[in-house]
Amino acid sequence: MSGTVETGTSRRAFLGAGLAAGAAVATTGLARAQEADPLITEVQDWSSAFGDPVDATPYGMPIHYESHVVRRNVEWLTESPVSSINFTPIHALEGTITPQGCAFERHHSGAIELAKQDYRLMISGLVERPLVFTYEDLTRFPRTITTAFCECAANGGMEWGGAQLEGCQFTQGMIHNMEYTGVPLRLLLEEAGVKPEGKWVYAEGADASSNGRSMPLEKAMDDVLVAFFANGEALRKEHGYPVRLVVPGFEGNMWVKWLRRIGVYDRAVESREETSKYTDLMPDGRARKWTWVMDAKSVITSPSPQAPIRHGKGPLVITGLAWSGHGKVARVDVSLDGGVNWVEARLTGDVKSKALTRFHLDLDWDGSEMFLQSRAVDETGYVQPTKNQLREIRGLNNVYHNNGIQTWWVRADGEVENVEIA
Amino acid sequence: APAFAEPLGLGRAALPEEIAAWDVAVLPDGTGLPEGSGDAFTGDEVFAEKCASCHGDFAEGIDNWPVLAGGQGSLTNRRPVKTIGSYWPHLSTVWDYIHRSMPFGAAQTVSADEAYAITAFLLYSNGVVEDDFELSKENFAEIVLPNAEGFYPDDRPATEYPLFSVAPCMQGCREPVKVTKRAVELNVTPMDPDGKPAGTLPDLRVGAAAGQAT
Repeated sequence: MSGTVETGTSRRAFLGAGLAAGAAVATTGLARAQEADPLITEVQDWSSAFGDPVDATPYGMPIHYESHVVRRNVEWLTESPVSSINFTPIHALEGTITPQGCAFERHHSGAIELAKQDYRLMISGLVERPLVFTYEDLTRFPRTITTAFCECAANGGMEWGGAQLEGCQFTQGMIHNMEYTGVPLRLLLEEAGVKPEGKWVYAEGADASSNGRSMPLEKAMDDVLVAFFANGEALRKEHGYPVRLVVPGFEGNMWVKWLRRIGVYDRAVESREETSKYTDLMPDGRARKWTWVMDAKSVITSPSPQAPIRHGKGPLVITGLAWSGHGKVARVDVSLDGGVNWVEARLTGDVKSKALTRFHLDLDWDGSEMFLQSRAVDETGYVQPTKNQLREIRGLNNVYHNNGIQTWWVRADGEVENVEIA
Repeated sequence: APAFAEPLGLGRAALPEEIAAWDVAVLPDGTGLPEGSGDAFTGDEVFAEKCASCHGDFAEGIDNWPVLAGGQGSLTNRRPVKTIGSYWPHLSTVWDYIHRSMPFGAAQTVSADEAYAITAFLLYSNGVVEDDFELSKENFAEIVLPNAEGFYPDDRPATEYPLFSVAPCMQGCREPVKVTKRAVELNVTPMDPDGKPAGTLPDLRVGAAAGQAT
């Protein structure tokens, strides 16, 4: 099972990539069909009879042919499905905006149902005026819009010890990226008046788990949003309806859903979710705490184990996602040979700070096996590390914050595997 | 720049009883603790009634439910056992989390005295106190958990970012690769009926799946 790539093969593939980017290449040619296609020569039902009327679906779902593009659970990962995780089908998506209906969920005591009428937000602690807001009150504050990725701190965590799950939905899919509208947390804190001794903000949800987390006041006053719209409409129940915290660049656990209280304190609460959990064990037996930022990361979403190459040799689109909690993605490099050689991919569409960014590399695949990797670079100059570089510093039991480079082994038959290489 | 320098006058003053109902967080120095107390014997009884069906009679965990006691000295093992006694830094977190979010499925049904008693029992289960120990608001801050000094704030800016923020190699960067780990050998990913990873894109060369019609 040794998977040695011939460098000559890789060079040819890279050469093809360069050509394909410049002009159409006649590597495959346009073969004449053996016989006329009845889908063209015969009148099809949909070209003759009616389709559905406009009132058939007041709120539509994807066409049934796309039924594979759904959230999926891996039951053995957790002991209870109400304190658990599911995965966004990133292998099947394009662009950067995650459809809310298949955007991943992570709850600690289930997705609760909280009506706008029953919603209350309290600001308490070291403030001049402890306040209670209704949902209607929140709608009267000046609004802002932010597009941001929400990545679970544990995304890829089960891959710390080796290649375990088969598909980027499972290994990188604890993530979604939405356009949020809401009120800057800063405005709510100014309404209450933070006292000078108030240095930390503690946010907790209305659910039984509460998911309380502390963050420094500076972050709360910077870009944190109290959001009530996502991708144009109200938050989904499972994403915190009617109000959640959006904490750009920070680990998803801090994006408190069903937000019910903001407490201002002179120190961190050091709640369960920032002591027992979301702390990162290091080789000496001590642990990092307050590892809030999600570092630069990327993954090739196709080809990938759930998106094999079935069309044979010739033009091949390599597509993927990159993101960084430190700011904008500056560049993504792609390797076909497991990191021996790299080429720069295209960043396609708008590049936004602390948001998912789409990259593409167009390739002329010669049918030989490949070891695909992507490597994100963000605007601070940080280069996404390999898993081994991370392990050299952190060991194997960090649990969280695995942003190591992913390798896909593309077989000659077009099937794709999650592997590690040496 | 702020859109409004002055408050907008939205919201209303939170009443003391409202703040008392929701602002129940306990900080590491004991700030937020209510009056009350409970001993380990009482905690054993409450634990047996409300907690042991998942966490075991001795807080050792049943099936895959969290282990609350034991594991001390295991943090450098290949598979560390992270419990209250082996890993948690602050007793405040124990009291706070139990009081607010446990029992799982029936949270906020534990009184303050019961929370003190359960916390005393968990200290006993972890070998931190004797079996006649009584925990109260007054002596709470005297208890130091074994791993109190086991944590440090995020140091990635010093230990990782400089290493990883150098111009990367583009050509001839390493030896040819060998596969060392394959997820297919573990075979623990949910599958489609054909044995492919669940959610694999449909093969467009074969007919559309009629059976998928809604």
